Parts: sequence; structure tokens; C-alpha cells
Amino acid sequence: MALLSVQNLRAYYRTEVYGISRIVRAVDGVSLELQRNEIYGLAGESSCGKTTLIKVISGTIKPPLRVEEGKVHYQFGSFEIDMLHISPEDLRRNVRWKEISYIMQGSMSVLNPVRRVITTFYDIVTTHQGYTDRKAFLGQVRAHISKLGLPPDVLNLYPHQLSGGMRQRVAIALATIFQPSLIIADEPTTALDVVVQRGVLQMLKEIQAESNNTVLLVTHDLAVHANVADRVAIMYAGRIVEEAPTSLIFNAPRHPYTQHLIRSLPMIGDRSSRASLPGAPPNLANPPGGCRFHPRCPHVMDICRVEVPEMMTLPGNQRVACHLLAEGRR
Amino acid sequence: MSTYDKLLDVQRVTAVFHIGSIIGGTRLVAVNDVSFSLDRTRPEIFTLAGESGSGKTTLARLLLHDLEPTSGAVIFEGRDLATIKSRKDTLEFMKKVQPVFQNPFETFSPLRRVEDYLYDTAINFGRAKNRRMASVVVDEALHLVGLSLEEVTRRYPHELSGGQLQRVSVARALIPQPRLLLADEPVSMVDASLRMAIVNLFRKLRDEQQVSVIYITHDLATAYYISDRIAIMLRGLVVESGPVNEVLDRPLHPYTQVLKESVPEPVPEQRAQWIRPIDLGTTEVKEYARIGCKFAGRCPRVMDICRQTNPPDIHVEGRIVKCYLYQGQESS
Amino acid sequence: MWKVTRDLFKYDGRFRIATVFLLAVLILAILSAVSPYDPGKTFKVPQDLPPSWGHPFGTSSRGQDVFWWMTFAVRNSLFLGLVTAAVSRLIAIFVGLTAGYRGGLVDRVLMSINDSFVVMPVLPILILLSFLLRGQLSLLMLAFIMGLFGWPWDARLIRAQVLSLKERAFTRTAVYSGTGSLKITLDEHLPFVLPVVFATTVNNMLWSIGMEVTLSVLGLSNVTLATIGTTIFWANQHQALVAGVWWWLAAPVIIAIILFLGLYLLFSSVNEYIDPRTRLRLIGG
Repeated sequence: MALLSVQNLRAYYRTEVYGISRIVRAVDGVSLELQRNEIYGLAGESSCGKTTLIKVISGTIKPPLRVEEGKVHYQFGSFEIDMLHISPEDLRRNVRWKEISYIMQGSMSVLNPVRRVITTFYDIVTTHQGYTDRKAFLGQVRAHISKLGLPPDVLNLYPHQLSGGMRQRVAIALATIFQPSLIIADEPTTALDVVVQRGVLQMLKEIQAESNNTVLLVTHDLAVHANVADRVAIMYAGRIVEEAPTSLIFNAPRHPYTQHLIRSLPMIGDRSSRASLPGAPPNLANPPGGCRFHPRCPHVMDICRVEVPEMMTLPGNQRVACHLLAEGRR
Repeated sequence: MSTYDKLLDVQRVTAVFHIGSIIGGTRLVAVNDVSFSLDRTRPEIFTLAGESGSGKTTLARLLLHDLEPTSGAVIFEGRDLATIKSRKDTLEFMKKVQPVFQNPFETFSPLRRVEDYLYDTAINFGRAKNRRMASVVVDEALHLVGLSLEEVTRRYPHELSGGQLQRVSVARALIPQPRLLLADEPVSMVDASLRMAIVNLFRKLRDEQQVSVIYITHDLATAYYISDRIAIMLRGLVVESGPVNEVLDRPLHPYTQVLKESVPEPVPEQRAQWIRPIDLGTTEVKEYARIGCKFAGRCPRVMDICRQTNPPDIHVEGRIVKCYLYQGQESS
Repeated sequence: MWKVTRDLFKYDGRFRIATVFLLAVLILAILSAVSPYDPGKTFKVPQDLPPSWGHPFGTSSRGQDVFWWMTFAVRNSLFLGLVTAAVSRLIAIFVGLTAGYRGGLVDRVLMSINDSFVVMPVLPILILLSFLLRGQLSLLMLAFIMGLFGWPWDARLIRAQVLSLKERAFTRTAVYSGTGSLKITLDEHLPFVLPVVFATTVNNMLWSIGMEVTLSVLGLSNVTLATIGTTIFWANQHQALVAGVWWWLAAPVIIAIILFLGLYLLFSSVNEYIDPRTRLRLIGG
């Protein structure tokens, strides 16, 4: 049984300003499953809907965002939940931090800027575990911090005294203190330098390998996915266009969009010319019909303009949504 | 080569900032004794690469005459930028040197139409007398970046994609017909599927429009792809510089080596090497103030001398390296 | 402009109420032109009559028709508010934009003048001036004096906004487009500053009209002139409430409340509309 199963999810932003109403179809028919003990990479360009997808998956659905259709179902070790119908109280008390934790870009918002790091730990641990014994608490946090290889004195510092990389590692330590089943890492290293990025991702990978939980790693940087993720999904304009084990995605991409993304990646030691796609990702308030990639696709066919391609499963656990595959089979 | 043969000649520039109050503040040498030059007749793409805090953005501001150096001089086409004071001279300088900024969504005011900036530029730099005549100039510049006037007419920034906006930004910079573009991280905020279009554009401008480009980036992969020469910066110093394929194919400075190794390659088969643990070393402030080589605290091949004095520039294997490891191997 | 008004009227309840309130007050002010009575003359009508068809707001103990008197009072108070707001806005915009954009010495000089005005106690100074010029203090002069005191906080607000706008990349784009500083200020920065200007205009009108009431109730303004403040002064002088002539006091108070509410609602509604973020959402951002 998968840890998380998302079925045919549609989540739209509906706004109305002075009589002009808009619907932004940020997530439009996404299905995916996260298994236990894997790093699932989610890649996509800005405003392709990946942030919205995470919001729904982590249960932070606030107007104007609304789930129109679909299921988001979790199967934790001892209990299961339906994320679209769980009460906020239940979510806060039993799920957040304990089963699902969240690491975001910069992580200044999780660390209170005017309080020492230890206080933030204290707040989270006491609200979720009902600790009153300060000694036991300190012991637990110290053990956790040292297991992760962080210097113990970071606990007594204020967030601004930490470097960006250290702050991100503290955020990871916070997110893993209850050994959650799922860690959602949203662009965790985007603002960091490459050397620091490498260190932070190494730590994330070590933690995952040790506690066998699931990491949902969201970043636009495909090279990071190549080095960290077990499986990678590529999102385009509110839909997943391809999903496969990492080596398949990079060595044998099937969707024209994925093929383009992989081929256009520059590499040190290779100066051969890299092409660029025409056009730009569509505005999700007014997306093109059929396959949303068709206006930019070099292999576009008539059917692509009218019919949304079904997700097809190929050998090797590769899922692709493209009419070219059906065409080839016929 | 006399100064006159050079388009841009950066002569030992240093920029010092004072942080904190007058009493007890610290000195921060953001740019430390940097020298390089660009040829006048042969346009090239020169990359300034470095991580955050390496001083590359401060250096860019010095080159744009946005900031006066504490010591040293920036000389453009034979004129020291420090002598540019009047508005007329400033406009004359801006006509030759134009910037492209990092975030295309911030480059233009969200409340103005993007074309206004193009028309303003054409009229202010004397390429056209009025808006009607300017439209020819504007359209021409937009065609150079693969756009047309129809595509941007009456558009606000949010109506264009990041890639389109960045191309408009380059088009605007091209209108005065500059000799040098300063592009500060021009693709870091642009989506992957649109990024290479911008990068290829700089190549095309160098080859077809004879425009030199100073490309400032933290991304070694695109730097390798487009540039002719590269300078690697660490805490205000250029630690290694030379032809890009020499420097990045076989980096000599241990810092360049660590930097190159840390760039994730989009090849899953090589991940075992990338995931190998590394030492993250000391904090930033300590490195700025360090006596001797700034990298000594993290360097796997550190020697005693590295902690005592600053390594000199050593000319070796077609490049300049600031590292004691190569002392005695100088090529003439 | 028409479309904006129509949209606001259609979709914003606050704007509808504000329009009704302000129109009512405005019509009252305009009616002063056709008043059958001269506000300077007393004892033209019987005293202390309660509201009736002939005298909608009743008559005062000074033998004046309160309704027609109020038309002049509202007209004068509005005039005072508008002139004060206009004078102080001009100074605030000029000082704020200049100090913010030019920076350096210009900024330091302007801000030290600004801060000297901030620390000056306005009410005592106004009382002193009114006392000294009593009788000769025309409404226009009072408006100008208040305008001179009403700008420093708002200039600081505008300056702070310009300071942050100056650091944005689009300002640098304009600089490297060869645009001069005056044009940068007007084209790039003013649109972002306008919401503040509008918000403070309404605020400033409320402040100046209220200040005039304070001065008048203390008997320090030219009490022969009809304003909302002097109405209350005269009603108090004749102990209207004790004498049971409540309509004399109720009229100015209710009209002031309607005016203040109308201005406030207009302010909050239009402010939301001209907020750059709303504008962005409107143009589809």
C-alpha cells in the first residue's frame, strides 16, 4: 500500500475582483503515488502548479484555492487519513510534524527570528508531544542534533547568526525530530551556493536512508534530481507529463517536453549547441485545449490539439502522457 | 598592450565597505585587488563566477560606475570612470555600457508598459527624435533578440513570460548600440525551457553585433557553455582566471576544484561521487578576515605558508592562479 | 474614470454608502447658493422652533433657520478641509519624493525641517495664532496655516516608500535608459505613492475639519463665520441643550458624522482599488 495516493486531483484558484472572475487551473488532473522509503522528485518550471500540488498534499488549502475534484489519501503506519476531509484540529495535532513535515526555501518562516533555535524546538516538541520535562526534552533534541552531525551550539544561536546552509540543516533537523513518514522539501536548496547545496542534500539523503521514510523533493533543478531522487515526475501546466525512475527519465525520456528539458541542460565539458523551445509555458487562467504542451511541441499532431492524452504506463514503471505513444502502438 | 587597445581595463580595483557603527564596525573588502581587461577589437564573453559573497555583484557595480572603487581604477575605452561626473558624460558612458539585471520581473515596473522603457531608451540616447521614429529602432532591437514590436506592444510585465521579459531587457540594453553588456545572473530566474534561448542570445550578440559581454554567474555549466574566458572569485579575490575550457576542464586552484565538483551533473550514473560527504568549513565572516589564502580553512591541500601570507598571482598553464601549490612552476 | 466609478459603485458596498453620504453633504453645501437668508443676519425667523416643514432643522435661539445656516457651515468646513489637504499634500509629495530620491544632503536638510515640524505642538500654536489674529483670521488663512502643519508625517511616509522603490531594479533600468531623475520620480515612483497620497488626503481633511471644530468650540476662530465648529459654539453659548433646543446641536453633529463616515468609507474603498496589488490583480497579474 502506497504512503500517499493522489487521484485525479483538480485544484483551482477562483478569484473575483470588481466583477472580473478568473479561474486558474493550477492543478488539473494529477494522479500519483508515493511509496514508502523513496525520494520522489517533482520537477517543473515556475507556475506549473507544483506549489499548489504541495499545498493540497500537505493540507494547507485556503481560499481562493479550492479542490474541485479528486482524492488525497494517506496510509500511515497505524492510521489513514483523507486529506481533503480531515479536521484542522486533527491535522494539527496528529499529522503535522509527526507524520508530514515541511522544509521550505530559506526556512526563515519556520524559525522565529527573535528566539533562539532551541526555543523553536521546544515549541514544536511541547505542542506535539506534551512534554513538560525540560531535561528529557533537551536530551532528545541534543541526541537528534548530534546524530545529524550538527554542532550542538547551534541550538543557542538566533536564526540570523546561522549561515544559509546551516539554517537549512537546522530546518531539516526540526522537520525530522518526530521521524515523520513524509518529508516535503520544497526547493530546499534553491537559494544556496553549490557547495552548501551539496552538503544539505547529502544530509537529507542520509536521514532518508537511515529512517526509511519518504521524501517529496520539489525543485526545478533537474541536475539535483539526477543526483538525489529515486523517481522523478515532470509537471507541465498543471499536469504530470512523465514520471519514471531517475535513470530512465534522464536516459530515455519519452515525452517531448522532458526530452527537451534533458537535452537543453548545459554541462561542464560539453560546448555543443543547446536548442531552446519556442513559446512559453501557458497562462493557467487560459490554458490551451488538448495536450497543454501542443503549441510548443515539435511533434504536434491534430489529436494533440483536441484531446487530453491519457497517462500510459510503459515497461520499467515509466508513465507518460503523450499521444505519440498511442500512435506508435497502433 | 597600451590602455588604448583595450575596451575595458580593470586595474587593481578594491572596494571596501564599513559594516556596523563607526566604533566597533568591521571592514569588509568586497572586491580585493582585481585586475583584468577586455580587448577592443575582438569581442568576447568574459565570465565572473563565484558564490554569494564572492564580490562579483560589487565588481559589477564598479564596472557600471554605480560605485567608486576605494583604490585602483576602471578604465573604459581609455577613460577612467572616476572622471565621469557630468550628466552628459554619464549618458555617453551608458551609451557604451549597458546592464542586464537578474530578475526579469523586477527589471520593469509592474505598473508601466514594457515598451515605454524601450522608447525612453531610444529617445534619451539620441537614436530617435520622437516616439514614432523610435518605433523603427525599437523594433530592430527586438528583432535582434527574437521578438517583434507587435509582441510587446501595450503589454505589462506580468503579461510576458520570464524568458520574453529577459529578452526585452536585453533588447533595451542593445538600443544605444553598446560595446559592452554587463549581465548579472541573467538566466537564474528564467525557466529551464526558456533559459538556453537567452544564453544563446549572448553568443549571437558577440558574433554578429560585436558586443562584448561580462557574464556574472554562480552557474559554471552555462559559463562553460558560452564564455571565452572565466575568472573564479572567492571572498573578493580572483583566485583563478583564464580560458574557460582550461580553467573548468582542469581546474588548478583547490577552490575551483571543489566548486566544479559540487556542481550537480544531470547524469544519475555519476551520483555516487557527488553524494560523497564534503567539509563545509568555516563561516563567511571568518573567511573575509582571514590572513593568507581565504580558502586555507577548507583546503584539502593546505600548507603552512597558506595561513601566513596571501598567495601571489602565478602564471601557469595558460592561466593565473592564486595558490602556493604552483609556485616554481611558472610559465614565462 | 467613469468605468472605475461604475465598477466601484457596482461591486463595493462601502463605495455606495460613501457616495450617498457625500452627495448629501455636497448638495447641502451647494444649496447655500440659493439660501433665502444671509448667515450674517440674526433674528430673521422666530426663535427656538422645533423641526417642521417650514424649517426642516428647526430654528436657533439667534433667530436663524438652522437648515440654511448649515448649508453655509458645511460649505465653509468642506472648503477648509479641501484647501488644507491640497496645500499639505503638495508639500508632502514634493518633500517626500525629493528627499527620498535625491538622498544625501538634500534628504538630511529636508528631513530635519520635516522633523522640526513633527515635534511642534500644533494645537497650542494654532490657539496662539488664532488668539493673536482673532477677527482677522479668514478661513483661507486658517486653511493655509493648517496646511503648513499637516504634511510632515505624510512626507516621511512618502519618503520611506520612495527609498524602497529606489532600490528596486526597475529604477536602475530607468536610470540606464537615460531617464532623468524628475521623470523617474514621476513615471516610476509616483504611481506607487499615489495610494498613500490619497489615503492621507482624506485623513488630512478629517483632521483639519476636526481641528477647526476644536478651535471654534474654544471660541478662538472667527465665530461670525458659519462653520460646523461655530454652529456648535453658538449652540453652546445659548445653552441649547439646557434650553431644550437640541436640534441646534444635533444638526452639526449628525452632519459631521455623515461627512466623516462618508470620507472614511470613500477612503477605504478607493484605497483598496488603487492599491498597486489590486491594480495588478485587475489587469490580470
